[in-house]
Amino acid sequence: MLEKALKGSGKYWTLVGVLLVIITAGVLTYLRQLEQGLGITGLSRDVPWGFYIAQFTFMVGVAASAVMLVLPYYLHNFKAFGKMVILGEFLAISAVFSCMLFIFVDMGQPMRVTNVMLFPTPNSPMFWDMLSLFGYLGLNAVIAYVTFGAERKGIPPAKWIKPVIILSIPWAVSIHTVTAFLYAGLEARAFWMTAILAPRFLASAFASGPSLLILLALVLRRFTKFDAGDEAIQKLGQIVTYALAVSIFFFAVELFTVLYSDMPSHVSHLEYLFQGLEGKSALVPWMWTSQVLVVGALLTLLFPSNRKREGSLALACAAVIVGIWIEKGMGMIVGGFIPSTLHEVREYAPTGPELMITLGVYGIGALVLTVLYKIAVGVREETES
Amino acid sequence: MSESRRQFLKIAGVSLAGAGCALPVARALASSAGKTPDGKQWAMVIDVGKCLEQEGCTACFDTCHAAHNVPSIDDIRHEVKWIWKEQYEHAFPEQAHAYTQTDLKGKPVAVLCNHCERPPCTRVCPTKATWKRESDGIVMMDMHRCIGCRYCMAACPYGARSFNFRDPRPFVDGMHDNFPTRTRGVVEKCNFCAERLAKGEQPACVLACQKQGARALAFGDLSDPNSEVRRILETAHTIRRKPGLGTNPNVFYVV
Amino acid sequence: MYDGGKIVMGLAAFIALAAFPVWYANASDESDQKPDLVLPSNETECIESTEFMRASHMDLLDDWRDAVVRDGEREYVATNGRKWDKSLSRTCLGCHGSRQQFCDECHNYLGVDLTCWQCHVAPEGN
Repeated sequence: MLEKALKGSGKYWTLVGVLLVIITAGVLTYLRQLEQGLGITGLSRDVPWGFYIAQFTFMVGVAASAVMLVLPYYLHNFKAFGKMVILGEFLAISAVFSCMLFIFVDMGQPMRVTNVMLFPTPNSPMFWDMLSLFGYLGLNAVIAYVTFGAERKGIPPAKWIKPVIILSIPWAVSIHTVTAFLYAGLEARAFWMTAILAPRFLASAFASGPSLLILLALVLRRFTKFDAGDEAIQKLGQIVTYALAVSIFFFAVELFTVLYSDMPSHVSHLEYLFQGLEGKSALVPWMWTSQVLVVGALLTLLFPSNRKREGSLALACAAVIVGIWIEKGMGMIVGGFIPSTLHEVREYAPTGPELMITLGVYGIGALVLTVLYKIAVGVREETES
Repeated sequence: MSESRRQFLKIAGVSLAGAGCALPVARALASSAGKTPDGKQWAMVIDVGKCLEQEGCTACFDTCHAAHNVPSIDDIRHEVKWIWKEQYEHAFPEQAHAYTQTDLKGKPVAVLCNHCERPPCTRVCPTKATWKRESDGIVMMDMHRCIGCRYCMAACPYGARSFNFRDPRPFVDGMHDNFPTRTRGVVEKCNFCAERLAKGEQPACVLACQKQGARALAFGDLSDPNSEVRRILETAHTIRRKPGLGTNPNVFYVV
Repeated sequence: MYDGGKIVMGLAAFIALAAFPVWYANASDESDQKPDLVLPSNETECIESTEFMRASHMDLLDDWRDAVVRDGEREYVATNGRKWDKSLSRTCLGCHGSRQQFCDECHNYLGVDLTCWQCHVAPEGN
């Protein structure tokens, strides 16, 4: 099936070329980071996790969101998703892969990263995170290969793939739950130590992931013959709406617990994010923008007429993605570290090299996605002709 | 292929996969041995009053950082410190209040890794590059194994850990070969001078405080009822940092 | 064969890439100088025999670092019963002197990079 990615139009090769340029720039910057250390980023003793881990957290959600297609289609025979499922699985592969890359570029001693496997530590959520991410990557790769390969041959897939697909459903939930558990079990970080963190992660994932899928499906429909189908896109739009509503509700619930109990050690993080603390307010405009985007998107998506119109649907989806990316990425990660454990407000901002490396990783993820989607488009065109 | 041969191959394949997983699991289980019955627990008592008598004294941090080739980096983002002074309100946020006694308000207090009894940092480390030693209760760092993920830094409630954001060597004044430096990309922190304790010596900070005169740092084995730390704890009023978190720090402060 | 030119080019590129460690290491001058070891003046025997050290000094150092850091075990009892402190800088380099005169001689020739000295401080001289 890989040969489908080797033949393409000028637009395809231009896209690949642009991505390769971005990736090269990112790799060269990363080599500089390897040489000089993580000091070229904006990370600090008080904020040891920043932009890279924020991207990882967001992309894990995108990866998990494939389950929103897999569950209705494979478990409940929702035929309308039939054409779109492969897009979800391929997105999951690309997203998980970029997650792993983001973790890799964040490591101080990346050459030793295999120590996590050589010295398994079951009491560490990071150990389980490694297992679940690798497992999810493997699962989706196998599922995509077997089901899509069978579709190409026009035969039903081998029977043993069904239990594997069923396994991928709780596994998808688990990868994002484990990621939440990285944060939610730390008594040192009051901002994160809440049971609702995992549900918040999942809800925002199921809003932002399918939003991205909708956008990708619309793009494919515009530039190729791959049509996921109006019913599928509309159904996904409904899923995004519900998930977004739940996600906003979960945030409201968190707001109540923190603000009503009025414990300074808990409130201070929200205060820093939304009002500024001790005169430091770098993230305030970002957080409010994120809320406006997310609430605005919900109000738009609540009306079916808005979802039916491609333009407003696309805009709302973009707003969901950006809004949740800000809230979950920078807001949640950096907000947990400011104020510090010693109650000092020391701000964080990503540096140029940090952003370039991030772009490079996204470039690799986008390249993987481009190649996989090219294969999907190519095979679909073949089977439908 | 006949059905029985296919069955055999399936079972063989699954068994091999299972056996492959067994080794790391067995190793993980084996390493979780129980605490030895005569295990020590090193602890420190810092007499804040005595320390403050020597105004402007920096003997403990200077000696510690010199003994361990700790770099002095001006950029506060990349600071590396094993023991340092923190304002009372920042070191004890749960105890300080608007009407804190004048001889403590805004005063500097020495803080370091507390070598907690229930350390959250060792709980989260994915490689056991940091762990609590059973023999003496020290929360150790294995610089060879650390992958620099900084999870322990996120987990420490006391800000006790530093990361080498760059090569520390250019910033080490008076580098010597009695102790290694670290390299970029690993986390470091106070190790209760494990290398000196192994030779029966006291930690560098404790000795420095004795030499410089304040005699504010006491060090000893918490499990030994006759140790100096136990004697002080029995009679003096002591507090610990963030006690509500349940980490059970082994650094006590006489206030 | 079809696309013969592309295949041959691809093969050539692959072989060049795969053999990179070999030709890159040999390109440096250091790899031409055979090791010229300066043996210590204060001891005649290493902690173990030369054959053992040649074959297993890396494993020995690995064992030592786990023993010292993880188990707190600092005393090494050699096969001849003699006791040593498990220390790279003080025991090994205590006799062998500078890393340039000893460790680097063989390691540069073989192109095996050492990470020890990123942290461990090598004493100069002797």
